[in-house]
Amino acid sequence: MSYLMGEFDVAVIGAGHAGVEAALASARLGCKTVMFTISLDQIANMPCNPSIGGTAKGHLVREIDALGGEMGRAADKCFIQSRMLNLGKGPAVHSLRVQADRVMYHNYMKNVCENQKNLFVKQAEVADIIVEDGKITGIKTSLGAVYHVKAAIIATGTYLKGKIHIGETSYESGPDSALPSKYLSKSLTDNGIEIRRFKTGTPCRVNKRSINFDIMERQDGDENIVPFSYETDKNNLKNVVSCYVTYTNSKTHEVILSNLDRSPLYSGKIEGVGPRYCPSIEDKIVRFSDKPRHQLFVEPMGLSTEEYYLQGMSSSLPEDVQLAFLRTIDGLEDVEIMRPAYAIEYDCCNPNQLFPTLEFKKIEGLYGAGQFNGSSGYEEAAAQGIVAGINAALKIKGKKPMILDRASSYIGTLVDDLVTKGCSDPYRMMTSRSEYRLVLRQDNADRRLTPVGYEIGLISKERYNRLIKKESLIKSEIERLKKTNIAPSKELNQFLEDNGTSPLTTGCKLADLIRRPQLNYNNIAQFDSDRNELPDDVCEQVQLEIKYEGYISKQLAQIEAMRKLEEKQLMQNFDYSRIHGLRLEAIEKLNKFQPVSIGQASRISGVSPADISLLAVWLQQQKGINNVT
Amino acid sequence: MSTIAAISTPNAPGGIAVIRISGEQAIDVAERIFKPFGGKRVSDMAGYSCAYGAAYDGDERLDDCILTVFRAPHSYTGEDTAELSCHGGICITRQILRVILKNGAENAGPGEFTKRAFMNGKIDLTQAEAVMDIISAKGSRELKMAEQLRSGAVFKSMKRCSDKLIRILGSLAAWADYPEEDIPEVEPTALAYSLREVYSDISSLIANYDRGRILRNGISAVIVGRPNVGKSTLFNCLSGCERSIVTDIAGTTRDMIEETVMLGDIALRLSDTAGIHNTNDVIEGIGVDIARKQINEADLVFAVFDGSCPLTADDLDIIKNVKNKNCIAIINKNDTEIIIDSEIISNSFKHIVYLSAKNSDGLDKLKDAVEEEFRLNEMNFDTATAANERQKRCIECAMNSIMQAIDIIENGEMLDAVTVVIDEAEQHLLELTGEKITNAVVDEVFSRFCVGK
Repeated sequence: MSYLMGEFDVAVIGAGHAGVEAALASARLGCKTVMFTISLDQIANMPCNPSIGGTAKGHLVREIDALGGEMGRAADKCFIQSRMLNLGKGPAVHSLRVQADRVMYHNYMKNVCENQKNLFVKQAEVADIIVEDGKITGIKTSLGAVYHVKAAIIATGTYLKGKIHIGETSYESGPDSALPSKYLSKSLTDNGIEIRRFKTGTPCRVNKRSINFDIMERQDGDENIVPFSYETDKNNLKNVVSCYVTYTNSKTHEVILSNLDRSPLYSGKIEGVGPRYCPSIEDKIVRFSDKPRHQLFVEPMGLSTEEYYLQGMSSSLPEDVQLAFLRTIDGLEDVEIMRPAYAIEYDCCNPNQLFPTLEFKKIEGLYGAGQFNGSSGYEEAAAQGIVAGINAALKIKGKKPMILDRASSYIGTLVDDLVTKGCSDPYRMMTSRSEYRLVLRQDNADRRLTPVGYEIGLISKERYNRLIKKESLIKSEIERLKKTNIAPSKELNQFLEDNGTSPLTTGCKLADLIRRPQLNYNNIAQFDSDRNELPDDVCEQVQLEIKYEGYISKQLAQIEAMRKLEEKQLMQNFDYSRIHGLRLEAIEKLNKFQPVSIGQASRISGVSPADISLLAVWLQQQKGINNVT
Repeated sequence: MSTIAAISTPNAPGGIAVIRISGEQAIDVAERIFKPFGGKRVSDMAGYSCAYGAAYDGDERLDDCILTVFRAPHSYTGEDTAELSCHGGICITRQILRVILKNGAENAGPGEFTKRAFMNGKIDLTQAEAVMDIISAKGSRELKMAEQLRSGAVFKSMKRCSDKLIRILGSLAAWADYPEEDIPEVEPTALAYSLREVYSDISSLIANYDRGRILRNGISAVIVGRPNVGKSTLFNCLSGCERSIVTDIAGTTRDMIEETVMLGDIALRLSDTAGIHNTNDVIEGIGVDIARKQINEADLVFAVFDGSCPLTADDLDIIKNVKNKNCIAIINKNDTEIIIDSEIISNSFKHIVYLSAKNSDGLDKLKDAVEEEFRLNEMNFDTATAANERQKRCIECAMNSIMQAIDIIENGEMLDAVTVVIDEAEQHLLELTGEKITNAVVDEVFSRFCVGK
């Protein structure tokens, strides 16, 4: 029995971090959008650590914000502790990380969605996609409601045929005891989409009253808080909680090792592939047996709860074993578990079935985003969500798709890695994954992506104008520093020696001084009398551009070469054995991956530079033939 | 488009070799390594014009060449192109190519000149298939070569160096990407130390390069001596055939005659100092650039003396001129009474061979001397040595990047910049195998470090 419940431009299936960004982007671009969630109380839930950002993930959040997404603003509103990580390791790896209030974050996002024009939020389990002639035309819920749509975005997270394992017990479930999505997997498989199984896990939550913080190391937030969003006023931000660190010990390890046979991971009950970067504590102890202790972070879940999260203690051992090993740890001797740790298995797709727009190659108008695409993490999910939402909307409006390349952003790198290389375990963003990381810093996300967001229509004219003004201030200040001479003087040379750098014998430009590792824009201010007062973010950009000029220009040259290859588009569903001279291995890989451009082809392992040359020549030949006819 | 260069003539000894440079920077690169004798600047040369001059590596003069400049689009590739015609010894041509690569050009890929010609519309569409044939033929030849190298010692050594770099990058990545885990801090001095280790391992791969090349390409040897000491006889005796002198006018000896001869199992690429033969004034002759250059370029000099008479002033001058070279003194005519001042000779040369060229007597002693001079007997064939220019180029690029990384560490710069430069070094090493770097680093992080929530 089924019935028509409405006509929409875009349906978003799932309302986690990917779903919310996708739905908001699509609705904000003027598409009539419906977002489905199995439970309204799970919108933008953080079933694992209520933390946003971290290395490379912090970059993603700033980029989402620069494009016009919501995650950065939400994190700024709901954080309870904020820290900039990696200070002292270089600006390319500075990463912002906040501890957020889980309930506040959910409420904030739910409310934003509820108030968003063009967006309709519905509690329902989507059971089927309706595909006609290779195009998505609608979706159907488990109650039989049919919605006609022009595009659909799958953002099912860990819900898809979710199965929770705790020790010897396992049961069908979504995260945080939500209902799983039972039927959609089959509908996707029936429509030719290849589905596979991944696994992830989360540690237990414990009651604050049962923790002895006195014997743990305390970790406080930063004094100068930097917000995620370029829109947030940084003056009213403050930390309200501390986090704590403690360690496992030989007793902990003993308890775990003697109970390994009760772990579903080791008994072979779990078949899903787990993430390498999120090993369970039993995994860590077995694989790194020489480590005498493992650290764990004790972090609050929010201000309105006594629940604490034990980061680093993900496990699928039985509840009694969890309690036993936790109680061996300093400060947790009397700990009371509120929610046990669990492992969760779920269905997802191999992302090499997607275009860089995140649209399925096989089904027009169907997109994938988030954990469904094989990634892991709220930030990775949100990044894909906004990409899928934007592209679904652009397609409906008949506009050119937004493809962020690797040189534009971590978002582009993430998407390219997923669709070009696929992934064999849940994908986590890392700074080392970006070859252009000196250019793709978290501090310049607005300069890289806000013009893109403005062109698409997610960034307001006012915000764009502010960026233009900032750009011009940066440019003129850099020019001034490169032009202004400074002569050696007794004071200056004394200052230089005090800072451990060589004194001047002849004059030089101010920029030359800033380039020295021991000096910076601020500490030479006393010798720069013509300097105008400039906003902090402008000063930061000026300093970094001058200091890193050599590296930046080198990376920009590499980027230019890469982009030329990216422009050379390849056709889909092409049989590469028709190209004369390609090696067998290359034919096989190209046929399988069907890259969209020569650039993408060049990143597929097994495709050699000679193969790329052949493709280029062949492409040129086709162009010639088409011009003649 | 990058600027590319390659030797365009067959890789074999010949009268003349042509090195082609093509791309936006072609003329600039040519200007950096070539100085026309007329004093004109290469960048001022018009298309389709030539200049006679010399190729330089910094201040060192390498060879006299003719440079032809083609301005885009009027060239084979349709890009700015410079073609250097130099003397056809394999050694000198490669040396010049190396200098060109050092000065901003990249090694041309298989069929790349032709590919560019096609892409720039210089070749008809119907010829595209032929272009693709060239690329795939050359590509598969290179692939085959690379596959052969895979099992070789060089490949293994490069792999070891590359693994070490991956290890370093893995430590840096774990440290940067997991600031909250108890990952050991990467200490700049320790990092520089590890990089130096890799540098020294890597550089040993090309330290042997020139010796390895000798075995593959033969030793270039030149015979010098005043007239009538028996140079021609020696040449003919080694080459096993009578041959005529090509030119008798000093200064026109540009097309030096080279012949590959076997001395036992050692291949010699032997040339005589043609043009010096008929010059009366040997002292002056040997003093001129040309002869000195021949001596300088050769791997080995045979200095021939007449054993049957005392040393002349000319002989003494020759001794002076070959002083710092790999050199073997040959006292010819040992079938007659030896009255040469053997003390001066033995003070001046490490290796002295008495022989009779006329009777082909004593050649085995000459062979022993050559082996000793190049320590071919000691050469350890297990030691890995870069096997071709492409490998060598990758290794050199990696070395440069590693050195740069060490420099910037010592300069106190941030580690994020350092990692990008080490990335580059690793990329050069992986170039030959086609592996991709980020996967390798990420795998390394997760296999070695216990990280994650």
